[in-house]
Amino acid sequence: MKKLINGAGSLVSDALRGMAAAHPSLRVDLENAVVFRAEGPRPGKVGLVSGGGSGHEPLHAGFVGHGMLDAACPGEVFTSPVPDQLVEATKGVDGGAGVLHIVKNYTGDVLNFEMAAELSGDEGVEVATVLVNDDVAVRDSLYTAGRRGTGATLFVEKIAGALAETGAPLAEVARVAREVNERSRSFGVALTPCTVPAAGKPTFELGETEIELGIGIHGEPGRARAAMGEAREIARIAVDAIADDLPPSGETLVMLNGMGGTPLIELYVVFAEVEAYLREKGATVVRSLVGNYVTSLDMQGFMVTTCALTGELTRLWDAPVETPALRWGR
Amino acid sequence: MNTEFFAAWIEEITSAVRAGRDHLTELDAAIGDADHGTNLDRGFTAVGEALAAAPPGTPGALLVLTGTTLIRKVGGASGPLYGTAFREMGKAFGEATEISPAELSAGVDAALAGVRRLGSAAEGDKTMVDALAPAAAALSRAVRDGLKPEEALEAAATAAAEGARATVPLQARKGRASYLGPRSVGHEDPGAASTALVFGALRAAASR
Repeated sequence: MKKLINGAGSLVSDALRGMAAAHPSLRVDLENAVVFRAEGPRPGKVGLVSGGGSGHEPLHAGFVGHGMLDAACPGEVFTSPVPDQLVEATKGVDGGAGVLHIVKNYTGDVLNFEMAAELSGDEGVEVATVLVNDDVAVRDSLYTAGRRGTGATLFVEKIAGALAETGAPLAEVARVAREVNERSRSFGVALTPCTVPAAGKPTFELGETEIELGIGIHGEPGRARAAMGEAREIARIAVDAIADDLPPSGETLVMLNGMGGTPLIELYVVFAEVEAYLREKGATVVRSLVGNYVTSLDMQGFMVTTCALTGELTRLWDAPVETPALRWGR
Repeated sequence: MNTEFFAAWIEEITSAVRAGRDHLTELDAAIGDADHGTNLDRGFTAVGEALAAAPPGTPGALLVLTGTTLIRKVGGASGPLYGTAFREMGKAFGEATEISPAELSAGVDAALAGVRRLGSAAEGDKTMVDALAPAAAALSRAVRDGLKPEEALEAAATAAAEGARATVPLQARKGRASYLGPRSVGHEDPGAASTALVFGALRAAASR
């Protein structure tokens, strides 16, 4: 394993020191491992807190700033943050209008956020929670922990963040967040596994000519294994999996997300195929994002995330945003 | 069983987790996300520091502090689940300074109830419940049959280990392994494996 680290044990805190040094727009609380907006909470604005295991950068800390999150709590690599951390973040962003927790649907994240919401409530902060579960690879949810939260997390953070910026009340911000989740679907494909620094070796094995279909974002193996093919075929597998669950139609937002180790040129190759195939299926891609946004360390592969837009969602997507990893319109 | 006994238990767990750290992480890599051993090692190291900083005076207080520290430090699903298990057990012990085998059995039952409530897992879902529930049942049977404390702990440790091994052919229905569906079959559940270590450590503490 070759990794640019000083040691696996200090990975998260070393990276947070780097974020603090690189982005004066952020205030990084190193002791509690919370990334805040430097300017602090705005009275009357709903605060947005998200968090999850590290290793998905820029998610979530890279999305702290105007028009998006108020704070992010990175846990250890692929391990959810702890309640203490989340409570610090929640209290720290409360401007008196309550706080929205944006939680990816994984057992650990759900349990820790639940505990934090309860503790924050005890301290007088009103908390609403939205669970993101957009991943169509997990079916049969009666017999699983339910669909995972993946790419749609970025859509929820961006769109709910834009609405919160207008001074909308907590119930409204939570409603739009849930609506984005309901209208979003994702499917991911890995060409390689990833290597968690503390474990020192790849999370699973994949042959030279094999790909893993229906992956999550924690280096866990996916739904099935298939033979490597052309980008066009693989793109179609991903779009078909999404279309089987929610037929594409109308104006659509698409993210072609790299898993961390994929060259951008390949992501554009896949995006061209995804866009054409969605058009063939009757949807129009009117907004898009291509790049590494919700990653899985050094994994090669991609994830397609779609969201069936409405007029309101498009307006909120277009609203100004200024964060380390996403910025436009300001 | 007094406070020293339970402190010895936690020490035994800490060394068992450290020794088994890579094995637990490998089990987790097969059907989860390759961090179970690392997380528990980090958690119990923090528990050792917390107990040294403010040594609790009763078994109950010691276990509640253990659980609270795990919740605060571990993260993931195992932090809240193990944390709740130790806290519930500690709360069941109340202010008592000496714990009888029957009280220990009631404490393990309370731990099991807490884990079930939080994780909504049943036996057979391929989770830590598959080791914890047989251990609780074996302990309660041993107490009912009037076995000596060492024998009762032996029975609990054996039942937990067998329960963990019996997760190999199961398909996971809870937790991250459930995403794999049928592909989770053929692997031991890491949470059940670490629960077996916890009960093995209880037996080790008794034979100290």
